[in-house]
Formats: sequence, C-alpha cells, structure tokens
Amino acid sequence: MKKMDRNQIAARVARDIPEGAYVNLGIGLPTLVANHIPKGREVLLHSENGVLGVGPKPAAGTEDEDLINAGKEPVTLLAGGSFFHHADSFGMIRGRHLDFCVLGAFQVAVNGDLANWHTGAPDAIPAVGGAMDLAVGAKNVFVMMEHLTKSGESKLVERCSYPITGAGCVNRVYTDLAVIDIKADGLHVVDMTEGLEFEELQRLTGVPLIRREAIRA
Amino acid sequence: MINKIVPSLEQAVADIADGSTILIGGFGGAGMPSALIGALIAQGARGLTVVNNNAGNGDTGLAALIAAKQVRKVICSFPRQADSHHFDKAYRAGELELELVPQGTLAERIRAAGAGIGAFFTPTAYGTQLAEGKETRRIEDRDYVLEHPIHADYALIKADRGDRWGNLTYRMTARNFGPIMASAAKCTIAQVRETVELGEIDPELVVTPGIYVKRVVGTGATT
Repeated sequence: MKKMDRNQIAARVARDIPEGAYVNLGIGLPTLVANHIPKGREVLLHSENGVLGVGPKPAAGTEDEDLINAGKEPVTLLAGGSFFHHADSFGMIRGRHLDFCVLGAFQVAVNGDLANWHTGAPDAIPAVGGAMDLAVGAKNVFVMMEHLTKSGESKLVERCSYPITGAGCVNRVYTDLAVIDIKADGLHVVDMTEGLEFEELQRLTGVPLIRREAIRA
Repeated sequence: MINKIVPSLEQAVADIADGSTILIGGFGGAGMPSALIGALIAQGARGLTVVNNNAGNGDTGLAALIAAKQVRKVICSFPRQADSHHFDKAYRAGELELELVPQGTLAERIRAAGAGIGAFFTPTAYGTQLAEGKETRRIEDRDYVLEHPIHADYALIKADRGDRWGNLTYRMTARNFGPIMASAAKCTIAQVRETVELGEIDPELVVTPGIYVKRVVGTGATT
C-alpha cells in the first residue's frame, strides 16, 4: 500500500472541483489544491479577507502587502477578480454562495461533525478564524487530512473528542488513504490509494465503512 | 465649511480616553492603521478594549499597543499566530481578557452596530463551545445562535484616499474591516495615504461615504 503524499491528496481534491466553482481553500494543507486545478479550468478562489479571484503566488519582488490571502501570504488577483469588505465576504460564506470549501481537520465524526479549531488543551490559546463560518456556510464541505494521527489513531471517529467547529457539516473527507463520503447512512468509501484493500482500510479506520465499487485513485 | 482633515496624528487621537472601546482595522498587516496606533501609544490611553481580527503580529501596530500594556481586553477571531508573542505573553500572564468570536460573526456584529440592528441569529458556531450560554432558535430547518452588535467609541482604520468630507477609498485587501468599522463607532478616525480635493474621488467609487467618518489624517505613506 502506498500512502498519498500531500500533493497527491491535493490533486485528488482538485479533480472534484468543476469549472465555474466558487471555492474557499482553508489555511495550510488545503491551499495546495490551487496548484492542481488544471490550466484552462476556471475556478474562482475566495479568501475570507475580501477577495474573489485569488491568483497564484506573486513572483519574488512583486509582492504587495495590501494583497494577501486569509493565511496572510502574498497573492495575486486574476483579471476579473474583486475586493469587498469583511461583512460581505462572510455574507457570501454564510449565505451559501460558495460551492466548496476545503478545510483541514483534527477529527471528523461519522455524523459529519468537524473538529479543527481547538485541541481543548487547557494551556492552549484558542483561535477560530473563519472555520466555523465556512463549516456551516459552504454548499459542500470537504476535509483534507491524514487518515491517522502520528500515533496511529484514526482521525475518523465515532464522536469528536476535541471541541467541534461545526455539527454534521462535513460532506467528504480526503485522506492519504482514501476518499470517503459522509452520508446519513454512514461512511461510504469512494476510492482508496493504490494497493490498499478495503479490509485493511476498515481495520485502520475503526468506525464502520461502507464498501463501494472502488474506483482507484 | 466642513473639514474633517486634521493636521496631525497626535490631534487625531488626542481625546481617546482610558477605558475606551476601539475598533482597529486590518487583517494581519493589510489595512492595519499603524500610524494611528503609534500615535495612540504616544498618547498613552490605557484600559482599552480592542476589536480586531487578530491580536497583533510581530512588534508593530496592535502588537506594540499590547506590549505597551494599554489593552485590557481583546475581541478577535484569531489571536494565536506564529508571531503573536506580545499577546501570548500578556494573555498567559492574565493581564488581558480575550473574547474569541468566529470571524464572520465578528464582522456581522460590527456591521449590525453600524446598521442599527439590535441582535441577529446566525448559524455559525451552533452546537460549539463558542455558543455556550447563548440564546438559540430553530428557524425552519436550521439552528441559529443569537449574537449582539459591537458598538465602539472609536474606530481607527487605514484607507487609501480621503477627502475633507470623509469619503474614503481603500486599496485591495486592505479594505477588510475598514468600511464596517467606520460605521460602528461614535468617532471614526481614518489614516489615509493621500488626502484629495472634494470631487477627486469618483462618487461611483466611494467605498465609505463621509457620513461615517469624523477625522481624516494623511500619512503620505502606505504604512
């Protein structure tokens, strides 16, 4: 079995984002998805700080401190892009105008609960940013994460032990092992990484999975 | 003649009293009114409640205001960052109160204050720790949390161009919280890169109409 690396997961997510989609990519791992959207496919990236039509990273020396993304990294603006204030930006999110958001996660529960903002550790300084708005607002909430923690525990869980970001909000999870849909009747395996058998994925995941005619990634 | 342009940063912030609630624009460094914050540090008002998306980055702007121990409480969505050391230190020392608000709720609470809304129901944070103790309601098939506006004594914002009536334009993502903060404070003070004559800003392109702005101060620089 060959685990997918970060770029392979990002490429797998990008495959599911169609022409014309309005998409918000969360800070960290999800930002990689932008690099894998095929040239010629028009996808509009939204950033919480008031941009539609986020373009690629600027060439060294051409960064502008007034043109950044939600991760506070310098970006560019595509022709046709636009700027707006923060209340409008979150109105777009909450008002169900975004087709997709892609978020990282600590845990996702079988009922679609998402935990990605706070470990709950007593000495941790919590920070939430726009995660709770995206979780309830986007039409499709995709999660991109490693399947297992560093100590080998499944991040897909019966019930989140970390404080949740949103209740029942996740539609699909992309991991280094599989793509899994979260539906009312359970977790449906959409596809698995090369060489991984369903039984092995089930063993690693712990919570019950529903087998489906596997389409290999 | 109306003239909201004030000649110096010092004069712009001179009357800010101890204990004021201040909306400070900016998302990270973009739109951060660093010149006004610098003047506020020199002015010395203490016990401030500050509303910003973050809780300061690096050693300048809001971070410097926190380092100067002028802030009693921060209302923000994302305090913890790689370079938020001044906030982290003050928070861990118990010198600072934190009210953590989801970013969209923060923006809407500010907008609501400026728009005369008494409170609003939002789906954000329903069922999470950040909604604990708050009134909730099921409306049709969705659950909502009741949130209240954030009114403020002052707003310090950074805009690109401004005229003597207080009309403002912004530059790219430096707009962020500026327009909504301008509407939500009793006294909005804008630092602008450039002050211009009335009519020089195309009225179609005015982002913040002057009715929301009390003072405009030119900095001649983008910082």
